[in-house]
Amino acid sequence: MADFLYLYRGGEAPKSPAEGQETMQKWMAWMKELGEKGYLKAIGSPLEKTGKLVSGKSKVVSDGPFAEAKDLIGGYTLVTAKNIDEAVEASKGCPIFLVNGAVEVRPILQMNM
Amino acid sequence: MELEQQTEGGELDPQLFRHESGRMVVALTRLFGIHNLALAEDVVQDAFCRAIEVWKFQGVPANPSAWLMTTAKRRAVDLLRRERTARTYEPELTRMIESEWTLVPTVHEVFEPHAIQDEQLRMMFSCCHPRLREDARVALVLHILCGFSVGEIAGAFVSGLAATEKRITRAKKVLAQSKKLFEVTDAVEFQRRLPDVQRALYLLFNEGYHGASAETAVRVELCREAMRLTAMLLEHPLGKGPATYALAALMNFNAARLPGRVDAAGNLNSLEEQDRSKWDRGMIADGVRLLELAATGDAVTEYHVEAAIAAVHARAARMEDTEWAAIVALYDALMRVRPSPIVALNRAIAVAQAEGPERGLEEIGRIGDRKRLGAYPFYWAAMGELELRRGRPEAARRHFGAALKLARNGMEGRFLEGRVRACA
Repeated sequence: MADFLYLYRGGEAPKSPAEGQETMQKWMAWMKELGEKGYLKAIGSPLEKTGKLVSGKSKVVSDGPFAEAKDLIGGYTLVTAKNIDEAVEASKGCPIFLVNGAVEVRPILQMNM
Repeated sequence: MELEQQTEGGELDPQLFRHESGRMVVALTRLFGIHNLALAEDVVQDAFCRAIEVWKFQGVPANPSAWLMTTAKRRAVDLLRRERTARTYEPELTRMIESEWTLVPTVHEVFEPHAIQDEQLRMMFSCCHPRLREDARVALVLHILCGFSVGEIAGAFVSGLAATEKRITRAKKVLAQSKKLFEVTDAVEFQRRLPDVQRALYLLFNEGYHGASAETAVRVELCREAMRLTAMLLEHPLGKGPATYALAALMNFNAARLPGRVDAAGNLNSLEEQDRSKWDRGMIADGVRLLELAATGDAVTEYHVEAAIAAVHARAARMEDTEWAAIVALYDALMRVRPSPIVALNRAIAVAQAEGPERGLEEIGRIGDRKRLGAYPFYWAAMGELELRRGRPEAARRHFGAALKLARNGMEGRFLEGRVRACA
């Protein structure tokens, strides 16, 4: 088994309150499913859309966002799966795809000694 | 957030977001002023986006409504601090907003449940602005108070998206230009505008009950919203007059029959075919109680008469037990209060039930401006029905065929196809 990080990128805001509620409920159902299937390691957190970027030797502080809206990371979840293919397959139920968003699946680097 | 999280899968009211949308918009509009309606809508949208982000990870909080309100309040405070001087807000509250001492208490105050209740009523009256057409008023009420998007309203009314958008944008502009929201404490103005508000609620309900949308769920939702807003009106001392009670009674009688109108497969049932055991007896009882409350004063409105007609239908255990003569007399009364070709058509149908199909057709022939009924599928269907009953299937088939061409959705189409087939 290996661990993977899902990074949720982009996605559009709901067009109406009813649609928003539906989206939210779909997410909750999907998260629950991840748990029931044994993929979920840590449900993770949502991220604010703005923040600070500290960079360079002189530690310049700048205001984010640091990416285009469609690439902005809105949250993350830690999952566990046999391999990346399984982790990718499990991500396909994510409701973010319904609103033109993406899931980035990144293996956690393993230190196999 | 410090609020306790709800345990897994707690039942969430499916209309929560829509209803909270209306409540937040009116509170924020009270704060920002009606000319900043768009700003209020942005804050609400922002609160929903945050709720979706947080709840999908952490689950729905124990009190989702309070969570949303808290989020909207915080956002409003931030915004007012940042843009205190960049905009003008509600004139009455400007001084309270300008001072840091009173800012937060002022924001909290407009979000108090009783304040929101009052503001919803104010908004309902404001949406029925005399400069707006009836359809625009209904659309505005649905949009602002019931949280329907433009797209959802266009869907519910089977009207074009662009046209609906234009109608709502224009209506919002009229609202923004009115500078001030309607003053519900002014008894004279209240009574003057009350009939327009009742009419808008009546039209909203009818859109759900008779409307063109093919989706039963959407239509039930419109009926429910109309009933919710009418109940709100009944809670106001000036709002609960006989006409409002009559309107509420009418809605209850008709809503009670909704479960029987459409079968499990989404097909329309005629009154004759309806399974009356599916009618909601509790709602009928409410209708009777409300109609009794409506029987004060001497004004007889169209709502009184329509409720009385619906009551006669509701108390007939079987179709053949219907007191048709009473219904004809009530339609005569309705023709005096609010004459229209549709009312005349319904009256003719009742005459046919009481005195036979020939008499019904005769009455249809006498409808003054019946040309206006030409685009209404159930005008042709009614004539088809009566021709069929008097043994002229050929004529009946022609009428049903004409009706079928005018069907507004699949449900009506399937129903009318069935009637065409019955003429074989």
